[in-house]
Amino acid sequence: MNRFAALLDRLAYESGRNAKIRLMADYFATTPDPERGIALAALTGALSFANAKPGLVRALIQERADPVLFAMSYDYVGDLSETVALMWPLPEGAAPPDHAPSLSDIVHGLETLPKRALPGQLADWLDGLDDTGRWALLKLITGALRVGASARLAKTAVASLGGIAPDEVELVWPGLAPPYLDLFAWVEGRAPRPENLDPAPFRPVMLSHAIEDSDFLALDPAAFTAEWKWDGIRIQAVAGVSPEGEKIVRLYSRTGEDISPAFPDLVEALDFEGAMDGELLVVREGRVQSFNVLQQRLNRKTVTAKMLRDYPAHMRAYDLLVEAGEDLRDQPFAARRARLAALIARTAASRLDLSPLVPFASWEALAAARADPASAGAGVDAEAVEGVMLKRADSLYLPGRPKGPWWKWKRDPHTVDAVLMYAQRGHGKRSSYYSDYTFGVWTQAEGVDTLVPVGKAYFGFTDEELLAIDKFVREATVNRFGPVREVLHEPDAGLVLEVAFEGLARSTRHRSGIAMRFPRIARLRWDKPPREADRLETLEKLLGPVG
Amino acid sequence: MRPDQLLHPAQGGLYCPKGDFFIDPTRAVPRALITHGHSDHARAGHGHVLATRETLDLMAIRYGEKFAGATQAIAYGESVEIDGVRITAHPAGHVLGSAQFELSWRGCTIVASGDYKDARDPTCAMFAPVRCHVFISEATFGLPVFRHPDAAAETAKLMNSLHVFPERAHIVGAYSLGKAQRVMALLRAAGHSAPIYIHGALEKITAYYQTRGIPLGDIRLAKEAKKADFAGAVVIAPPTSITDIWSRKFPDPVTAFASGWMRVRARARQRGIELPLVISDHADWDGLTAAISATGCEEVWVTHGAEDALVHWAMTRQLRARPLHMVGYGEEENEGPPEEPPAPEATP
Repeated sequence: MNRFAALLDRLAYESGRNAKIRLMADYFATTPDPERGIALAALTGALSFANAKPGLVRALIQERADPVLFAMSYDYVGDLSETVALMWPLPEGAAPPDHAPSLSDIVHGLETLPKRALPGQLADWLDGLDDTGRWALLKLITGALRVGASARLAKTAVASLGGIAPDEVELVWPGLAPPYLDLFAWVEGRAPRPENLDPAPFRPVMLSHAIEDSDFLALDPAAFTAEWKWDGIRIQAVAGVSPEGEKIVRLYSRTGEDISPAFPDLVEALDFEGAMDGELLVVREGRVQSFNVLQQRLNRKTVTAKMLRDYPAHMRAYDLLVEAGEDLRDQPFAARRARLAALIARTAASRLDLSPLVPFASWEALAAARADPASAGAGVDAEAVEGVMLKRADSLYLPGRPKGPWWKWKRDPHTVDAVLMYAQRGHGKRSSYYSDYTFGVWTQAEGVDTLVPVGKAYFGFTDEELLAIDKFVREATVNRFGPVREVLHEPDAGLVLEVAFEGLARSTRHRSGIAMRFPRIARLRWDKPPREADRLETLEKLLGPVG
Repeated sequence: MRPDQLLHPAQGGLYCPKGDFFIDPTRAVPRALITHGHSDHARAGHGHVLATRETLDLMAIRYGEKFAGATQAIAYGESVEIDGVRITAHPAGHVLGSAQFELSWRGCTIVASGDYKDARDPTCAMFAPVRCHVFISEATFGLPVFRHPDAAAETAKLMNSLHVFPERAHIVGAYSLGKAQRVMALLRAAGHSAPIYIHGALEKITAYYQTRGIPLGDIRLAKEAKKADFAGAVVIAPPTSITDIWSRKFPDPVTAFASGWMRVRARARQRGIELPLVISDHADWDGLTAAISATGCEEVWVTHGAEDALVHWAMTRQLRARPLHMVGYGEEENEGPPEEPPAPEATP
C-alpha cells in the first residue's frame, strides 16, 4: 500500500500527461502481481469503497492522541484524513509492526470484514503504514480518494510496458477483471492477447480534423457529404447477445469508457444488434436541448428517477460499424450510411434517430447553411448545432484521426472583450509564468461601474503573447494572494483580452451569475482601454431562457 | 533566584541583564551571542559578537568582513565568562556552526538552543542535549503532524525521479545556508556522483562548507553550464528562485522543494511544487519533545513557531512552560536578493 500511495501522491502533484504515464508505467514495471493489478483497478475506478464515515476516523484519532493537539493540528492542516495520517501515533511503547499491509491485503479485508471489526482492523493498518500510506488508506475508505489520472491514462501506461497501442488495451479491457494477470502477461510478452469475449465490445473510434480555410481549395465538394455537428457527447452504442442468450447493451465514450450505468433510459430503449456511432443528446418535447442541459446527466455514476424524467437521453446516430455480426468498417461511408438509415427506419426506439444530411452544391452553399442551421434544415434544433461535419462518401471507418476523410467545421465562437483582473502561475513547464487568467466585464453595482469576473482562461495565446502577458502581470501587480496576483484594472489602465468561448450557462457559483464554456484567449487588445471592454448585459443577452 | 533574572525576553530578543548581552537580537545591539548564521538570527551591525568560528565566517560571507565592531570565537565545549555569567557553547545540529548557549549563574542553568535538530546530518556536528533548569526551545514544527521522515528515504524519491525522467532537470529549492549543502551530501551518500549545479546565491557558502572539510563532490555554477548539461541533472537554488523567471532556462524542469513544510500537501500545492521532499533542519514534533525530555529541565520556554501546542504538551508532562511570543524569527526563507535572471532560452 505504501508504494501505491506514493504513486498516488506523486500523480496528484504532477501536471504533465506524459509524466503521469511514465510514473504509472514505472510503478507497474516494478510492482509484482497481483498488487499492481489491484492498483490498476483502483486507478481505473473499478474499485471504490466508502466503508467509513469521517466520524469513525475522528473517533480513532481521539482514542490515540491528545484531543487538544489533534484540534490544533486539524486546524493547521485543514483536512481530516491528512491530519490523522500525519499525526497517527503508535500506542505508547509499542514497536512498529514489521509488515506493512499491501493494497491487496486491504482490498481483501474491506471486502470480507464484518462492519464491527472495521475500526480495530483500520487502526492496525494505520500502525503498519507510512504517512502517505495512511493518507491514501483514509481517503480510500472514506470514498474521497481522487486519482490524479484518468482510467484512459492508466491503461495507456499499461500499454506502454509492451509498446502496445492504448486502443489495443481498450479493445480487450471489457473482458478483463482485477487483478488483470492475463493483461500484464500479454503486454509483457509472456502470454497471447487475452480474448475479448464481451458480446458488446468497444471499437476504437474514427476522429476528424478541424478544417482550415486553406484546406477547402484542395477539396471537391462533390466527393463529400455533410451532417450537422451536434453539441452533445460522442458515443458508441453496442448491442450483442451473450453465450447464455442474454441481450447486452453498452454505451461507450469515445475513449472506450463504459458509461452505460449513467444512461439506463437509453440502454433500455435500444433494440438493434451491432455497433453504432452517434451523439448523446437530451431531447425534450421533440427538441434537442443545449449542452448545458445535457451536462446535468454527465459525469454521474448513477442517476435518479427525477433526472431520467427531466433530462431524457437520446441518441442521434451517424454511422454504423457493425450490424448483426457483420463488420461494416471496411465499406465506404455512403454504404454504411444507407445501412444505418434502413436500420433506423426499422427501429421502434423513439430515443434513437438518424442525424440528417445537409444538402449542398458548393462550399459557399455549405457556409451559408453552417451560418444559419435553422433555415437549412436543423429547424428548432439549430441551437444544438455547433457546426458541420464533412465526410468523404468513400471513406472507410479507420480508427484514430486519419487526415483527409473526415473534417469538422465548427461555428465561429462567440467573443467578448474582457479585462484581465487576476493572474495565477501555471503548473509544470509553466510554473514560472503567470498563465491562468481571470477576466471580467463591466457592470453597475450601487450606481458605479465595476468589473465582475466572468471567467478564467489558460490557453489560446502564443508563446510570445504569454511572455508579454507575464511581463505585464509582473509590472502591473497591485496585490498578492498566495500564488495569485491582482493586476491593475482601471477604466484607463489595464489589459483587455479578446476572449473566445463556445457558450454561456447560468451559474449560481459565480458572482456574475454566468459560466463560460471553453473560454480561451483569442487576441490581446493592447490598443483598447479597459473602459471600452464589454458589459455584463451583453453577455446576459446571449443566455437563452432559463432551463 | 528566578531564572528570568538571568535571561528574559526583551525588545529585540532574549536579554541577559547580568552580562548585558542579547542572544540572536533582531536589531543592532552592543553585545550579541549568535547561535547560527541564518539571517533571522544573525544580523549585521552589532558592537561585539560571540559565536562559533563557522558562524562568524558565514556572517562575514553574507554581510562582509565588517559585519560587527568586534568578534570572538567560541568552540563547542568551550566556556567564557561575561560579568560572572558563564557561557558554554554546545552543538545544535541545525547547520554548520550552529550552537546552543548554556548560561550559568549562581547555580541556575539556562540553555538557549536557537534552532536545532536531533537528526543525523553529515554537514554539521550532532545536537547534544545539555542538562539545565530552563530549556529554551524553538517550535517551528511544533505540531504532532510534523514528523519528518528519514532524509535518506526522501532523497531516494529524488533519485527515483531522476531515474524515471532522465531528460528533465530537477530543480531543488533549498535554503542557501545549510539545507542546500545537506541535500548535496545526501545525494552523494545515495550514490549520485554526477555534477550538481547551483544557483549563484549558493556559491560562496557552498565553497566555505568544502573548505571546512565537508565533501560535497563536483559542484558547478548553473549559469556557466549549457542547457544540455541539465538533462537529468540536479540543480539547487534558493526557494524563491525555483518557480520564478530564473527556472526558465532548464529543460522541462521537475520542481522540488526540500523543506519540513512539504509535509503538508496544501503547502506544497500552493507553491506549485511537483516533488515535495520533507527534509528539515529543524527538529520535528518527536525531536522537540525528546530534546526537551533529554535536558531534564524543570521549565520550557518556547520562542517561535507553534508555541501553544508545545506548551500544552509540556504541561501534560508536568513541566512549567511558557510561550515567549518572540517575533522576527522563522523567516530565513525570505533571504537574499534574487540572482539576475538570464534571458529565457525557450518558452513553454
